[in-house]
Amino acid sequence: MGDFILLMISAILVNNILLIRFLGNCPFLGVSRSMDTATGMGLAVIFVLTLAGMITWLVHTYILIPLGLEYLRTIAFILVIAALVQFVEMVIQKTAPPLYEALGIYLPLITTNCAVFGVAIININEGYDLITSIFFSFASACGFALALVLMAGMRQRFALVRIPKPFEGFAIGLITAGLIALAFSGLIGLV
Amino acid sequence: MSLRHEFTKGFWEIVPPFRLVLGLCPTLAVTTSAINGIAMGLATTFVLIFSNLLVSLLRRFIPIQVRIASFIVIIASFVVMAELLMQAYFYPLYKALGIFVPLIVVNCIILGRAEAFASKNNPIISLADGLGIGLGFTISLFVLGCIRELLGSGTILGFHVMWSGFEPFAFMLKPPGAFVALGILLALMNLISQYQAKKGGAK
Repeated sequence: MGDFILLMISAILVNNILLIRFLGNCPFLGVSRSMDTATGMGLAVIFVLTLAGMITWLVHTYILIPLGLEYLRTIAFILVIAALVQFVEMVIQKTAPPLYEALGIYLPLITTNCAVFGVAIININEGYDLITSIFFSFASACGFALALVLMAGMRQRFALVRIPKPFEGFAIGLITAGLIALAFSGLIGLV
Repeated sequence: MSLRHEFTKGFWEIVPPFRLVLGLCPTLAVTTSAINGIAMGLATTFVLIFSNLLVSLLRRFIPIQVRIASFIVIIASFVVMAELLMQAYFYPLYKALGIFVPLIVVNCIILGRAEAFASKNNPIISLADGLGIGLGFTISLFVLGCIRELLGSGTILGFHVMWSGFEPFAFMLKPPGAFVALGILLALMNLISQYQAKKGGAK
C-alpha cells in the first residue's frame, strides 16, 4: 500500500502531468478561463483517463502482445480512446443526464487530449501491472485536475487587473503556468 | 486563394504554435535544445504533409459522420511510419524525443489542418498548406530551442557560443523555463504585430 501512496503523491505533485511532463497543455490553456469549465474538464478527464488507462493496458497485454503487433500500439490506442470517449458519452447521456449536462461538451475534446494517450503509453513503457496502471492513471488525472483548477483560479483574477497589451491572452497564461510549474518543482524532493 | 499564400501563411500569419495556439505539448517538452526542436518539427511536418494529402484525396469518399475517426486513423498510420523510420535511422534523436514521437498523433495542429483545410480543398493546395504550416512549426521550435539552449547551456546546436565565464541559466532547461520562454516569445510577436498594425494605420 505504501508504494501506491508514493506513486499517487509522485504523480500528483512531483511529476505533475501538465506542468512537469507537458501532457495535455492545449486544454490546460484552452479551458482554464473560468472555474466552472475547469472543474468540468477536470472531472471528465479523471473519469476517462482512469478507464482509458485500464482498457489500453488490457488491449496491449491480451491482444497486441499475443498477436505480436506491438508496433501498432499507436493506432490501436488512439482508436480505443476515441471509441471509449464516444461510448462514455452515450452511457452518461442515457444513465446520468445531470452529469452529462455538466461534462457533455468536454467529453469529445478529450479524444485529442494528449494526457490520456500519453498516460496510456507511459503505463506500457514503465512496465506497470494492471493495478498500478489504474492507480497511476487515476493519480495523473487528479494531478491534471489540480493544476487546471489552480490555473483557473489565477486566470479569473486577470479580468480585474491591467496587463500590458502584448501579454494579453495566451502570453500571460503561459507565464502564469510557468510560475505554477516553478512552485511545483519545489516539491521535487518530496518522494 | 493562391498557392503561394497557402504556403507562406504558415510562416507568420498563422504560424503554430504562436498564432494557432495548438500543439503546445511537444513545443514545450522537446525544445531543451535546438536540434531536438528541428527533429520534432520535421517529424511533425512529415506527418502533416502526407495526412493533408491523403485526407484531401479521400475527401469525397469519407462520410461526414465518421470523418474525425477516419482522419485519426490516417494520421496514426503516418505517425507509426515516422516512428519506425526514426527508430531505424535516427535512433539517438528517437530516444531524445521519447514519448513525444507517438504523441504526434494527438498533436492538434495535424487534426486541425485535416478538418479545417484538407477536407475542403484540392490535394495540391492542401500539400502547400501542410508544408507551410509544418515548416512554420519547425522554425518556431528551432527558435525556441535556440533560445533555451543558448541561455540554459550556453550552446547552439552543440557549439559553444557564449563567452568563457558564462554561467548557464539552468532554469531555462527546466519545465517552468519552457512556459516562461514561450510566453515571452508570444508577447514579443504580439508587440511586432501591433507595431506593424500601427504603421499600417498611419499610412
